[in-house]
Parts: sequence; C-alpha cells; structure tokens
Amino acid sequence: MNPLRRNLLKSTGAATSVAVAVAAGLLKPSQVLAAEWNKSAFESKNVADALKGMGASAPADSKDIMIKAPDIAENGAVVPVEVTSKIPGTESIMILVEKNNTPMTADFTLSNGAESYVSTRIKMAGTSGVRVVVKAGGKSYSAVKEVKVTIGGCGG
Amino acid sequence: MAKRIVSLLLACLTMGAGLAQADPEADLAGLVKHYKDRLPDLKPQDYIFGALAYNKDSMEQYLSIMDFPPYLNDMDKAKALWNKPFKNGKTFGDCFPNKGKNVAGDYPMFDDASGKVVTFENAINSCLKANGETEYDYGDMKTMGLVTAYAKSLSDGSKVNVKVQGKGALEAYEKGKTFFYSRRGQLNFSCATCHVDNVGKSIRSDALSPTIGQTSHWPEFRSGTEPTTLQTRFRQCNIQVRSAPLPQNSEEYNNLEYFLSYMSNGLPMQTPVFRK
Amino acid sequence: MADPMKIRATLAGDTADIKCLMNHAMETGQRKDAKTGQLIPAHFINRVTATVGGKTVLEAQWSVAIAKNPFLGFKVKGAKAGDKVVISWEDNKGDKNTAEAAIS
Repeated sequence: MNPLRRNLLKSTGAATSVAVAVAAGLLKPSQVLAAEWNKSAFESKNVADALKGMGASAPADSKDIMIKAPDIAENGAVVPVEVTSKIPGTESIMILVEKNNTPMTADFTLSNGAESYVSTRIKMAGTSGVRVVVKAGGKSYSAVKEVKVTIGGCGG
Repeated sequence: MAKRIVSLLLACLTMGAGLAQADPEADLAGLVKHYKDRLPDLKPQDYIFGALAYNKDSMEQYLSIMDFPPYLNDMDKAKALWNKPFKNGKTFGDCFPNKGKNVAGDYPMFDDASGKVVTFENAINSCLKANGETEYDYGDMKTMGLVTAYAKSLSDGSKVNVKVQGKGALEAYEKGKTFFYSRRGQLNFSCATCHVDNVGKSIRSDALSPTIGQTSHWPEFRSGTEPTTLQTRFRQCNIQVRSAPLPQNSEEYNNLEYFLSYMSNGLPMQTPVFRK
Repeated sequence: MADPMKIRATLAGDTADIKCLMNHAMETGQRKDAKTGQLIPAHFINRVTATVGGKTVLEAQWSVAIAKNPFLGFKVKGAKAGDKVVISWEDNKGDKNTAEAAIS
C-alpha cells in the first residue's frame, strides 16, 4: 500500500489532513482517497468506454475465464454470478452487463492469497451478455456469457 | 355413508348439487393422477418446488440464492416481532400448542362454532386480540408478512395436515373448490385453466406450477426481498387474469386457501423461501 | 445505523470459503416512488474491503447493479482456523458498515 495513503488513513482527522495536503499541493486531487470510486467507468454507457475508464481497453478473448450464470434468469433483479479466472497472476476481475444502461457493474481487486474467484448477485435490465474482464500481468482478458432475462409477468 | 364419487376435475364447474357428495380425498387422488400423467418426470418430493423443478437452470438459481438468502435480516426482525412480549407480558408462542412449533400444517382449519375457515393469519390476529393488542392488517407485509414468515418457519419439515370433516367444513371446502374451477376476469381463466389444464406449459414465459405443493411454502420473499403471503399472491394472480382482486381474509379467499391447502396434504412445509 | 452484515467463513483444507450478506437497498436511481411519482435517488454500496488476518484480500468497487441485500463470496488460500475476517462497506452517501467473523 502507498505509505502516504497508509499514514493518512491512520491519522484521526484524516479528512482535514487530506484537505490541507491538497491545498498545499502535496496531494493531487486525483489522488484524494475519498474519490476512489471510478466514476467515469461506472457512469459509462457502453462497454468500450467503461473498459477504457478501467484501463482495460481491447481485452483479448480468453477461454480461461469461467462464468457461472443462468441461461435464463429467474428474476433480472437478482442474478447469481460466479467467476473463476484460471489466468496466472490475475490481479482483478470486472463484471459488466453489456446491455445495462451503465454496463460497469463490479470490479474486484484480489491480493494476499485471495483466489481468483468471486461470487455475487447482479441486476440485469434485460437479456444481455455478462462480460467478465480480468487484468493480469499488465494485460487484460475477457469472456462473456449470454443470460436471458424474460419479462414474465405471471411469476407462476 | 355418502357414496364416493370420483369427480371429473376438468369439468367441475357446477357444484350446486354436489355438496353432499364432497370428497376431498378423491379430489386429491384425481389431481395426483392428472399430474402424474402430465408431468411424468416430476418426483413427488419435488412438487413443493413448483415450476423450479421443471429445469436445472431454475433450480440452481433457487439453491444458490437459498444458500444465503437476501431476507435473513428481515427474518431476524420477524423473530424479534414474534418474541416481543405483549403489554400483558405474554407472547405469540403462548397462543399456540408447543409455543407454535409444528402447528402451521394444521391450518387452515374449520371452526364449527363460528362456521368459518380459520387461516394461520386469523390465528395470529386472534392471538393479538385475545391479548389486548391491535390486530394486523392482513395486507401489511411488514407485520403480518414478517411475523408469519418467522412463525411458520417453526413448522419447517412438518407435513401439511389439513382436515376437512363435518358438514360445515365440507361446504367451505366445496366453495373453495368451486372458486378454483370457476372462470373469471377479462381473460376468462380459472385457477385450473393454468395450474391444472395447462400445467407445465409456459404463459408469458413463466412455466405453470401444479396445484399440489403450491401452498406449503408461504409466505415467500419474492425477488428475494419482498415478503408475500399466500393471499397477496391470490390477489396478484386475479389481477393477472384481469379480475378484480378480493380483500385478504375474504370468505372466498379463505375457502380457496382451505381447498388448496388440502391439495398439499402430506407435503413438507418450508418457510420462507425465495421466489422470483 | 445500517443493519448488521452476516459473514460465514469456513475452512476447507487451507482455503477459507467466505460468504457475506449485506443489507442495503441498492437503489438504482431509476425507480419512481409509487406515491409521489418522483425518482428515488440512487443509494448504493460503492466500495467494499475485506481483510483476513489483518491483510487486505479483496477491494471492490460496485455499481447500482449489484442486487438488493448484496451477496459476496470469495476464497482465500493460506488461511487458518481462527483468523479474523473483517468486511467493510461504504455507500455513495458516505454511510458505512463493518462486521467481522473468525474462520471456523
């Protein structure tokens, strides 16, 4: 971890220290800790822009990314997705729902023994590819699984 | 003894003269046979899963979500509601045998004294009333929905064991059965149109579940997070065939629940569950 | 004060299987209030951190498209029984929550 970050996180009144540090030019605004959520990636309206925002443009297709997701979602509001990456040196796993208004859904950075595996439940606005992008060794890799979402209306 | 008549379930639309020959056991046997013919691959123990049992993809999602369901914190709240003492110091458990453990399978039951079907939700409200508390609104999922989600979970694994005995009970049962087989709404469907005649087929991309096993797992958490009682679901289904929904705890819905619950007799209860 | 998280952390060999259920509305900002017709503002967990035995194992950024009452599962190799798992989240309004459990 960046030593400057660690020290700032440890100090009480961290917010004030950060403000002072920014004002004094010691910390550039882009380094301000509170703004870590990658707004531009998460607010992108298409996969290409989202990946660009995440520094993972034009990933190579990979057969070493396993996406476990339903063929037809029972309910688009809660779709279980499990991702396993067999790519050596996997640093992070991203999940995007290609046809969602803002496709970027999650980014998981793994370290200190965490296996290249994540499981979560996502929302899908409609039938879409669930795209996974993995960063490893300075490169990015991608796989996709199509998940159908029906607007049932009977739920019977 | 009244003669046993094996009813032709698909044509049971006129019931006026049939009350004296009401035969719930034969009705259930008839449905069991019908579903064996229509759904030959559905194992008896899988009826409680309804349409989820039709394919692996659905079942896997259900099992994945049930492994750590989104409603667990709601269940903690529900448990707290169930255990919270009334002003007089008593709790819900004091109103039921066994502190409420393994009792839900007996509901609905018929109360000869009042001449009415008594649902589990009625029992909850009777308990509140008897202890000087305000009864819940049957349609309020934050109270009735949550309390019954926890209360009925105390009967998990026990079997549905609805009794229909005596003239009053048989009449109420037959009324519920008539409702089930009567067409209604702008779409002119009866419950049976979907869940008996067209069981296993899809309507609006949803597969139709069999009647047997439908009532053993309520309330549900729809979408994983929205508590829903059985009669809330009746209202939703009525709306879907463009029929005016009836109020919760209406006589028609209570009789319907009585009939439907008998059709799940012998099956294990499990509450709450995830459904889409 | 946010509802408590639930953590299940079990050991299989030398790998900890960790599951977490969080409580959060995860409002997308696209839903309309039934009564007022107004859009309900987005309110969602946007950052999650998990540590095991004091070391960060997972850092996540989330969007509104993670399901309500979020579920998170991950695995950590080299964990031992008794190691402390700490999971924390923060949402877009600055609300926070944290919970811990020992690996069993």
